[in-house]
Amino acid sequence: MTDVLVCIKRVPGASGEVLLSDDDQHVDARHVGWTLSAHEECAVELATQVAGATGGTATAVTVGSSDAVEQLRDALAVGCGRAVLVEADTERFGPADVAAAIAEVVRTHDAAGTTYGLVLLGNDAADTGDFQVPVRLAYALERPVVTGISTCEVDGETVVAQGDGPDGPEVFELPMPAVVAVMEGGVAPRYPSVIGRMKAKKVAIETLTPSVEPVGSGRVRLTLPPEQPSAVQVLGHGPEAAAAVVDLLEDLGMVSR
Amino acid sequence: MIAVLVETDDDGVTVVSQEALTFGRELAVRGGGLPVHAVVVGRPGADLAPAVLSQLGEQGVDRVHHVVHDRLSAYSAAAWAAGLVDVVQSAGARAVLAAGTPRGNEVLAHAATRLDVAMAANVVGVDGVDPLSVTRQVVGGAVLEQMRLDGAVGVLSVAGHACEPVAAEQATAPEVAASTPALTDADLVARVVRTGQKVPDSSGALTSARVVVGAGRGAGSADGFKGVVQLSELLGGAVGVSRVVTSLGWRPHHEQVGQTGSRISPDLYIACGISGAIQHWAGCSSAKTILAINTDADAPMVTRAHYAVIGDLHEVVPAISEEIQRRRG
Repeated sequence: MTDVLVCIKRVPGASGEVLLSDDDQHVDARHVGWTLSAHEECAVELATQVAGATGGTATAVTVGSSDAVEQLRDALAVGCGRAVLVEADTERFGPADVAAAIAEVVRTHDAAGTTYGLVLLGNDAADTGDFQVPVRLAYALERPVVTGISTCEVDGETVVAQGDGPDGPEVFELPMPAVVAVMEGGVAPRYPSVIGRMKAKKVAIETLTPSVEPVGSGRVRLTLPPEQPSAVQVLGHGPEAAAAVVDLLEDLGMVSR
Repeated sequence: MIAVLVETDDDGVTVVSQEALTFGRELAVRGGGLPVHAVVVGRPGADLAPAVLSQLGEQGVDRVHHVVHDRLSAYSAAAWAAGLVDVVQSAGARAVLAAGTPRGNEVLAHAATRLDVAMAANVVGVDGVDPLSVTRQVVGGAVLEQMRLDGAVGVLSVAGHACEPVAAEQATAPEVAASTPALTDADLVARVVRTGQKVPDSSGALTSARVVVGAGRGAGSADGFKGVVQLSELLGGAVGVSRVVTSLGWRPHHEQVGQTGSRISPDLYIACGISGAIQHWAGCSSAKTILAINTDADAPMVTRAHYAVIGDLHEVVPAISEEIQRRRG
C-alpha cells in the first residue's frame, strides 16, 4: 500500500493574451483564468494510478491562497481522496520556501500516521518555471529524487520511474520513500465526471499554515517581451500558392533548383 | 571563474552546451575578465574525446575539469552535482551555468540546493554582475522575469537558443584536470539502471532537424498528417506537432513542440494548421524562418511568421509536395 502526495499549483492560463499587474510583480489572470500545469495534471493521474494499484491513498496539496481550493477540488474530482491547502502569500515564496512548506506537510502527516511513500510533483511550474522545488523538497526530506519522469509504478518497496534521456528512455529504481517530478507525455490526464465533481465538493479541505519564514524568489520585476510588428509576407492563397512556396524553398536551399 | 557544465553527445559538445559556453564567456567578460572553466562528467576509464577538447578550445575555455569516478558509469543527477559542486568550491566559481536542458536544470537544482543558493532557470540575459541580476523566461517565454541572485555563487541555466554559439576570438588550448568527487551511496541511489532503445524519430531528430514540418489542430484527425509527413520526408526534415495534437492522441508526445515539449531552432519551420498559442510559440520561436499555412489570416502563427499561405493545409501541403516532385522531374 502506497500513500501518495501530489503537489499542485494554481497558475494563470496561458492560452490568451498575457497581462501584468500594475506593480509588474505578477501575471494578471483576470481574463485568462486559472489552471494546473500540464505536468501536474499528469502527476495527479499517476498519483491516482499508483494509489489505486497499491490500495493506498492519493492526497493533493497546494501552497497558495484560499482561491487555490479550486485546483484542489479539480484534483479531488479526478481521483484524489484528500486535499491540503497550505495557505500562504505565495508572492513572497520562492522555490526553496515552497519546498520547505511541502516538507512540513509531509512531516506533519507522518507524525499523524500517514507516511507518503511517494511524493509526486510537476517537473516545473507553468508560471515560474523554476525547475527546483522537487529537488529542494527531496533534500529537505532526505529522500531520493528523480525529475523528468513520464511514467512510474510501485513494485514492492521500490518506485520504478521512466523518463526520456538524451539517448532514449531511461529507467530509475528508487527505494521508497521517494520524490518524483513528472513531465507531461507518459499518461493522459483524465477529465472529471459530473459524479466526480459532486463528490469533490463534499470533501473537507485540510488547511495548514506554514511556519517557514520565506527567503523569497529574488524577483525584481516582470516584463513582457517587446511585441514585434507583423512582417509576414503572404505568398498566396490555397494550393495555387505552391509554386511560390517551392520558389522560397529553393531560395532557402531546402530543395535544389 | 565561471564554471559551465557541459553535456556531450556523439558529435562532441552539444549545441546548447556550446550556447551556454558562449553565454558564460560573455558573463566572464562582464565580470572583469574571469576565466571560463568547463566541467565535463566522463565515463570510468574513458579519456576526454579530442573533438570535445577542441570544441571547448574554440569556445575559449581556460580549463576543463574532467569529472571521473569508478561509480559514475550511469547518469545520476546527485552524483553529477557532487562533482560539479566539488569543482565550484575547489576552484572558486563565482557562477555556475548549464544549458537549460532537462539534465542541465536537474543537475543545477541539486547543485544550488547543496550550495544553499538560489537558482535561475532559462536565463536569456545578464542585467548586472555585482550583484548578479539576470533576465529569464517564465510563463513559457510569454513573460520575462528580472531576478537577483544574491548568493555567493550564481547558479543559472541558459534558455535554449538564448544566444548563438560563437567561437572565441582567440581559441585556447585548455588544460585538462581530472577531478574525482567523494561520492556517497545516497548520491547514487537515483541513477539510471536501464536504458531503452532510442526511437528513430524521437525528439533528438526533431531538435536537430534543419527543417521541421509542424501540424496542429487543423490536421483534423489522426489520419490528417499524411501530407505533413510526406512533405517532411521530401525535405529531409522532422515532424513536429502542437500540444493539442498529442493531447488528443493523434501523434506521440516526443513530436510535441512547445513549452512542455521540445524547443526547436531549425532553419525552416513550416507550421500547418497551428494557431500559435504561447505554449507552442515558446518552442518554435527560435526557428530562423517560419512559414505558416493557415485558413485564418489573423492567427498569431500567421502574423508572427515570416511567410504565410492562407488556405487549408490539406489542400496546400499536398500541392507543395507535388510541385517539389514536379520540379525534381
